[in-house]
Amino acid sequence: MAEMTYRDALNAAMCQEMDRDDSVFLMGEEVAEYDGAYKVSRGMLARYGDRRVVDSPISELGFAGLCIGAATTGLRPICEFMTFNFSFLALDQVINNAAKMFYMSNGHISVPIVFRGPTGAALQLSAQHSQACETYYVHAPGVKLVTPATPADAKGLLAAAIRDDDPVAVMEGELLYNVRGEVPDEEYVIPLGVADLKRSGGDVSIITHGKMVHVALQAATMLAREDIEADVLDLRSLRPLDMDAILETVARTNRVVYLEEGWPFAGVGAQIVALIQEEAFDDLDAPVMRVTQADVPMPYAKNLEQLAKPGARNVVEACKKVLYLPAGSS
Amino acid sequence: MATRVHMEALSPTMEEGQVVRWLKGEGDAVAQGDILAEIETDKATMELVARGDGALRKILVGEGGTAPVGDVIAVIAPEGEDIAALLAGLGDGGGGEAGATAGPVAETAASSGTAVPVATPAQTGSPASSGTPAPIPGTTPAQPAAPTGRVKASPLAKRLAGELGLEIAAVQGTGPGGRVVKRDVEMAAAAAAAAPAVAAPAPAVAPVVPPGEEFADVPLSQMRKTVARRLTESLGPVPHFFLTVDVDMTRALAARARVNQILVAQGAKASVNDLVIKATAAALTHHPECNAWWQGSSIRVFNRVHMGVAVAVPDGLITPVVRDAHAKGLAQIGAEVREMAGRAREKKLQPHEYTGSTFSISNLGMFGIEEFTAVINPPEAGIIAVGAVEERAVVVKGEVVVQPRMRITMSCDHRVIDGAQGARFLATLKSFLEEPAAILI
Repeated sequence: MAEMTYRDALNAAMCQEMDRDDSVFLMGEEVAEYDGAYKVSRGMLARYGDRRVVDSPISELGFAGLCIGAATTGLRPICEFMTFNFSFLALDQVINNAAKMFYMSNGHISVPIVFRGPTGAALQLSAQHSQACETYYVHAPGVKLVTPATPADAKGLLAAAIRDDDPVAVMEGELLYNVRGEVPDEEYVIPLGVADLKRSGGDVSIITHGKMVHVALQAATMLAREDIEADVLDLRSLRPLDMDAILETVARTNRVVYLEEGWPFAGVGAQIVALIQEEAFDDLDAPVMRVTQADVPMPYAKNLEQLAKPGARNVVEACKKVLYLPAGSS
Repeated sequence: MATRVHMEALSPTMEEGQVVRWLKGEGDAVAQGDILAEIETDKATMELVARGDGALRKILVGEGGTAPVGDVIAVIAPEGEDIAALLAGLGDGGGGEAGATAGPVAETAASSGTAVPVATPAQTGSPASSGTPAPIPGTTPAQPAAPTGRVKASPLAKRLAGELGLEIAAVQGTGPGGRVVKRDVEMAAAAAAAAPAVAAPAPAVAPVVPPGEEFADVPLSQMRKTVARRLTESLGPVPHFFLTVDVDMTRALAARARVNQILVAQGAKASVNDLVIKATAAALTHHPECNAWWQGSSIRVFNRVHMGVAVAVPDGLITPVVRDAHAKGLAQIGAEVREMAGRAREKKLQPHEYTGSTFSISNLGMFGIEEFTAVINPPEAGIIAVGAVEERAVVVKGEVVVQPRMRITMSCDHRVIDGAQGARFLATLKSFLEEPAAILI
């Protein structure tokens, strides 16, 4: 075991896979000469040369298409978006080509591509650069999606994504890059579609993904001070989804709060809630609550941004609601 | 969220109650589970428990006042909540909500373990004997004070109520809009244990076995059902308990010796175990309640004793059955046991020869075992484990004497046999072995 940052865990995963398989290459804005906009690809140009670590122009639609084309010819591209907000420009390539090529070619054309980069809000990046982009990627069948929250999960999931023969979006977070954690020394891969119970409690289930896992754990600590013990289930993988893990925690606690940093309307949480009430109706003692960003574009003003983002306090309040406890007491 | 405080059925036959003392006054804070008042019922003075949180906003029946079961006698609500409309509504319906008012009146004693004498349900011709959970006497559910009969309950609460045998409509809900949630069902179940069941009109329970019938199926009384369920939950599929007696075998051995002197002429022989089988069968005819099967919803009490005799076979154990052991002589019992045991060891027993026993005996005395506990063969209610006959020092009238002694341990299915019943049977068995002539009576 070694302690390292989330950023370095991603770097380690990419290097591990590029050492292992010559067809893996990295392309994106600033990934080579600049060592990466967030230094995730530090040292890789020096290590692998400019045929395998490639700076692209500022043209998401163009280089996404290029990478998708490369994937269809047998290469395994890691296509970095500086943030997934910018990838909206490339969505036609992602959804209409990457996602659908295998189906439309009757299985003849695989697209073993990884799209990676940060998603969601950081600090005061304002309305256009703070979006949680999971919903856009996870809606069309054909793209897999993982959202690691810890360094160990990041390394294992990115490695698995690179080895996967289907398009996989790996959504990280600027605020996660500095998070430190223990990472196993040996080579390992975390299979896609396996959630992780980050905390076991029994009174209420907080289900979440991505950087919100840390908010959930904070909320669980606050609840524990009032003798309420929460399960925190980190989905890790949105497509494929670990429904068994979700049903297992619901059966144990009978009440769920879904936490996400995206907007409420047709967000990831909406899908999870639908599945829970369909498949675990008789286990529910209360409706499933969601805690999300406020249904507004992310404000720039610091104080408003804080109010718009879902925080631990919001989670605690929602948990008490599903426990039928008066807010403010246990 | 206001909670109506009802006069609850605190005893199965209660029709009205008198408020002896309010333990909370108007305006006092109340938490769910607090004792609100002492109520005098037809049987005793009982405690009335709060089912909601808030303050005791209004007392409708004061100390000394009486109210029929089901009436609203007070209102709990959070401080500041407007209850004027609620109070006005109570005025016209007499407080009774259609059918579902009597608080947590459970239809079964959900978790009562105490022996509540429910055996003689209201013989007085009161509504309790009408064959349905008694409609609250004294209130005609003509105008329900609450809107609609629809119960709001979480899916989990509904499922739990079903599992616990509770009427969800009778559970007070503390969730938003009066929703019944898990904790409400759990509280109602706990309260039902304190407020024993409204007696379903079960017929009198004494097993009357018509002569000549092979068996009689006895329906389960409420108490029997409750004992069965609770003990099953704590001890696994068959709730065993064990009783041991130590028997003076002096006269039994002497009797066996005399019998064998007679049998020698026929080329037959009786063993000690054959005598135990005979004595046990005879004792069972005096205690038919121990000669029974657990059937799940009834107990089959047998008139005849078909004794299962445990026989060790090369890869296990089988119990050939001596049918009508109570009516057979020692010689026949002995002959049958030996003949079947032989065929059992060769795996040549027919199914009808090892099924249908009403009671079983296991004897490990030949292995020198002093005492052991046997596992009951379901659906039988009992089995006895017989140890070796050994010379032991015992005290008789203050003096130490040596006697041949044998220990018998009976395993009983507590759903069918209670301690006293098993003890009485064992006492009879012991008396038969200590004085075999009694078997002739």
